[in-house]
Amino acid sequence: MRAVAPVGRAVRRPWLRWLLARLGSAALVAWVVATVVFFALRAAGGDPTEAILGGPGSQAGPEAVAAARAQYGLDQPLVVQYLVQLWRVATFDLGDSYARRVPVSDLLAEQLPGTMLLAVLALALAWLLALAVATLAVRATGPVGRACAAALRGAEVVAAVLPHFWLGAVLIVVFSSTLGWFPATSSGTDPVGLVLPTVTLAVPVAGFLGQVMRDSLEEAAAAPFATSARARGASPVGVLWRHTLRHGVLPAVSLSGWAFGSLLSGAVVVETLFGRPGLGRLLLDATMQRDVPVVVGAVVVVALAYVVVMLLVDVAERLLDPRLRGAAEVPALVGGAVRAAGAGEPAVLG
Amino acid sequence: MTAVAERRGAAGGGSGGTGPARRGTPGRAGARAAAGAGRVLRGLGAPGVLAALAVLWMAVAVVRPDVLAPGDPNAIDARAAFTPPGPGHWFGTDESGRDVYTRVVHGAAASLGIGAAATAIGVGAGLVLGFAAGLGPRWLDAAIGRVLEVLFALPTLVLALLLVAVLGAGVEASVLAVGAATAPGYARMLRARVRSVATSGYVEAARLEGHGSPTVLLRHVVPNTLWPLVSVATLGIGQAVVWVCALSFLGLGTLPPSPEWGAMLNAGRVYIDTAWWLTVFPGLAITVTAAALTVLGRRVGAVAS
Repeated sequence: MRAVAPVGRAVRRPWLRWLLARLGSAALVAWVVATVVFFALRAAGGDPTEAILGGPGSQAGPEAVAAARAQYGLDQPLVVQYLVQLWRVATFDLGDSYARRVPVSDLLAEQLPGTMLLAVLALALAWLLALAVATLAVRATGPVGRACAAALRGAEVVAAVLPHFWLGAVLIVVFSSTLGWFPATSSGTDPVGLVLPTVTLAVPVAGFLGQVMRDSLEEAAAAPFATSARARGASPVGVLWRHTLRHGVLPAVSLSGWAFGSLLSGAVVVETLFGRPGLGRLLLDATMQRDVPVVVGAVVVVALAYVVVMLLVDVAERLLDPRLRGAAEVPALVGGAVRAAGAGEPAVLG
Repeated sequence: MTAVAERRGAAGGGSGGTGPARRGTPGRAGARAAAGAGRVLRGLGAPGVLAALAVLWMAVAVVRPDVLAPGDPNAIDARAAFTPPGPGHWFGTDESGRDVYTRVVHGAAASLGIGAAATAIGVGAGLVLGFAAGLGPRWLDAAIGRVLEVLFALPTLVLALLLVAVLGAGVEASVLAVGAATAPGYARMLRARVRSVATSGYVEAARLEGHGSPTVLLRHVVPNTLWPLVSVATLGIGQAVVWVCALSFLGLGTLPPSPEWGAMLNAGRVYIDTAWWLTVFPGLAITVTAAALTVLGRRVGAVAS
């Protein structure tokens, strides 16, 4: 690979080349997303001035409309408005919200941490659950153990298809209305209030990751390297810990980028259900109000979060899998997504 | 090789052997039909049989809801409002005294129909993109690949929300939004499948035999690409029902008082503290649908290969 690489300072350092490719892909994603969102929302009709002046029912006079159009630059040609929007995305100044009259970057800075905390906690819990279930299922022996493993397998399939809005509702009914252990609505970082939303988001992802993990753990347990480790007298736990686990979690690592995206999808529903402020709620409200700057900002942030998570996934894969470390090839645009296509990713994704 | 195996799988799993049985004597036909049914049942396994029963129940609910629930789903009875589940009202009643069980049964047609329509749109768009990328010139493949990669950076529901923002809320918009939001997944799968079929040994053999490109495409590439789609689309309908109901739940799809399951959830959400049955039972219907179609889709896929 290196021998054919063209001369250039960046190219001689594989990691730098990799990082530049990733930054380039992030910029491309941000540009395409901002462009598509801007033109789609503007083409959809509905005068943004309405959103500025308090919705379709507002009784604003012509002077107020003209003033608002001038203030928000809506009297400029569409191309100029687009370039202004693009410049704002590039400089992280996303303009002012039409409906709330505050800078979009302030809104995002306010709502992003809560959603990210929720998503990261849910991903961690999903990993723990999936790992526990997969290792238990693989190590199960005897008729009872195998029956339990089969039951767990069924539970994983059902867990993977559980809709957030239903799982969350059931958890509210059981643990909030009936038992009163956790509140049904919460905000911020209150740990007790975070429990139900986190579990709601984590269980379906755990179902997916668990299935993938169990398959690859079983495959790894039957691989020659595991047999040779056992032949050398390693204990079952030792083989699991030192050899098969590292191999077994790889597909789940690849899938974590997708899982993170599905958590952000779920956040829209979960934040609505549990009355939590956050990025999902902000996006939903802005969508309904056609608050173009907020929708553009929120969607670009979601897309960039995905790119960053994919970058982390790539790093984690290289740390776990020595076979990837020597490889200096430039990854595909959003590399993990393409690679995961061959790695048993469910064909229909959330 | 693969083609032959897939054909056999299709004959054994799909038709259940009833075709040949019809031609035999009555007794032997019965025995053969039973053997065929037995083979299908064994192929499905216990979870598969349960899933098939659930799908059968839903099919009846779609075609003849009055068989399962004879009442009127919109019949209001103010005196019976908020009756908890029990004899007479298995799933309880809502704020207007409407029977939740009757509404869940009568809502199946709307919910499953919307899910199936969204899947059809997603698979259709995926087919066009997948075949264009898989068989078209390299620049087209690269262009479609780039577009798909950017779309994958947006989670399904975020993409669907954007499309709803463009199209405006409503049933048709939510069908289109979910269809378009799931299309990239199908496109990617189909592109990979088209590529692997187009470069496979039997397609090369057909070309060497002198068959023209259209013949090879229609006889070999298309059937072998589409067959796995049966299993994927079955799974997909279950997922699409969940997404469409999520949009209705958020108030962007079908609106109450329609008995569509997501709309029922949306209406019942307000009463979650006092009348849990208004959210739990419609949601259960969505979950059972998704789980049954997933299990069945996988079984069909396993039998096919």
